[in-house]
Amino acid sequence: MGYMLNGTDFEADEEGYLTDLSVWNPDLALLIAQSEDLEMNDERWEVVNFLRSYYDEYQVAPAIRVLTKALAKTMGPDKSSNEYLYTLFPYGPAKQACKIAGLPKPTGCV
Amino acid sequence: MLHTVNKSPFQTNSLASCLKHAQKGDAILLLEDGVYGALKGTIASGDIWSKRVELRFYVMSADVAARGLQKSQLIEGLNMIDAGGFVDLVVAHKTSQAWL
Amino acid sequence: MAEPAKSPPAPPAKSTPKKFLYVNRRAPYGTIYALESLEVVLIGAAFDQHVALAFIDDGVFQLTKGQDTKSLGVKNFSPTFRALGDYGVTKFYVEKESMQERGLTLDDLQAVTYEDENDGFKEKPSIQVVSRSEMGAIMQQQDVLLNF
Repeated sequence: MGYMLNGTDFEADEEGYLTDLSVWNPDLALLIAQSEDLEMNDERWEVVNFLRSYYDEYQVAPAIRVLTKALAKTMGPDKSSNEYLYTLFPYGPAKQACKIAGLPKPTGCV
Repeated sequence: MLHTVNKSPFQTNSLASCLKHAQKGDAILLLEDGVYGALKGTIASGDIWSKRVELRFYVMSADVAARGLQKSQLIEGLNMIDAGGFVDLVVAHKTSQAWL
Repeated sequence: MAEPAKSPPAPPAKSTPKKFLYVNRRAPYGTIYALESLEVVLIGAAFDQHVALAFIDDGVFQLTKGQDTKSLGVKNFSPTFRALGDYGVTKFYVEKESMQERGLTLDDLQAVTYEDENDGFKEKPSIQVVSRSEMGAIMQQQDVLLNF
C-alpha cells in the first residue's frame, strides 16, 4: 500500500504507515487523512503537529496515556481527554493521528 | 536469587559481572557455554573459587557432557544437576536473573 | 423458602504491581540488545508496573551524550531515554565502577529528568549513580529481573 500525490508514489506499510517518515509533508497528511475518512481541521492539526514535535525530540511516538498527559501540559485539560481525542480520531488517536503525522505505529499501543 | 550464566567466561564478562553483583546465599547455575566457567586452572576459575563459600554453584551436567569435559577437569565442590534439578532451583528461588 | 440469592461473581483480584528491573549490559549499536530492551521497557510501561533501569558493564555507554547515527543509517534511540519519564520510568541506576572502568563520568552522560507529580511537577534527575554493591542490593529488591 502507498499514497500517490502529484505523480509521486509514497511507500507505506500494509496498515498505511509511511515507511520513510522524512518524506512527510502537509499535503501528504491531507491525503492520508482522506484515506482515513477524516478531514483535517485546526484541532486535528494541533494533535498531528504535537506528535511530530514529540517524535522529533524523543524519536518515539507516544503511547496514548503519554499523549494525553503531554497534551494536558501544553494545550490544557479540555483538549487532552481521551473522549476529546477519540472525537477527533475515532479509530484511536495514537494510531490514526500517528499515521497522518507520518510516524511509525506507536510502540506499546495495545 | 538464582543467577544463570550461559556464556563462556573467555568470551564475555557475564560470569565475572554476575559474581560481582550476586549476594551472599545466592545460587549460580552455569549452563550452555557457561559450563566452561567450571573448568579449573583457568584465568576465570579463581573468581568462582573465591566465592565458593558465600555462593552455591550448580552446573548443567548435560552441557558438560556434550562438550567432552570430564569431572576431573572441573573445580571441586560444584553441584552437578540435570533438567529436573534446574526446575527445582527455579522453584526454590523467588527471583532469577539470566546473565546473557 | 426462597432460594438464597446468588452472590455475584467476585471481581478479578487486582494484582499488586511488581517491581521490574531492566538490566542493560551492552553498548548501544553493536548488537540489537539495547534497542530491544528499550522497546520492551516502552511496552511494559503500558501495564502499570514499577519499572526501573540499571546500566552496568558496557550498558553505561547507552547513556552517553552526543550520539549521532546519521552516517550509520540507523536510528539514534538515545533521545528516547528522555521520554521515559512520561511513561513513569523515573529510576535509572548507573553503576559507578562500570563508568570508572570505561573512563566515564556523570558529565559524559546525557541528562535525563522527570517531572515529579507528587512534588509540584518539579523537574528531577532520573539518573542515580550507585556503587556496585548498592547495585547488587537493588537487584535483590526486585520481583522480576530482565537482562539485556
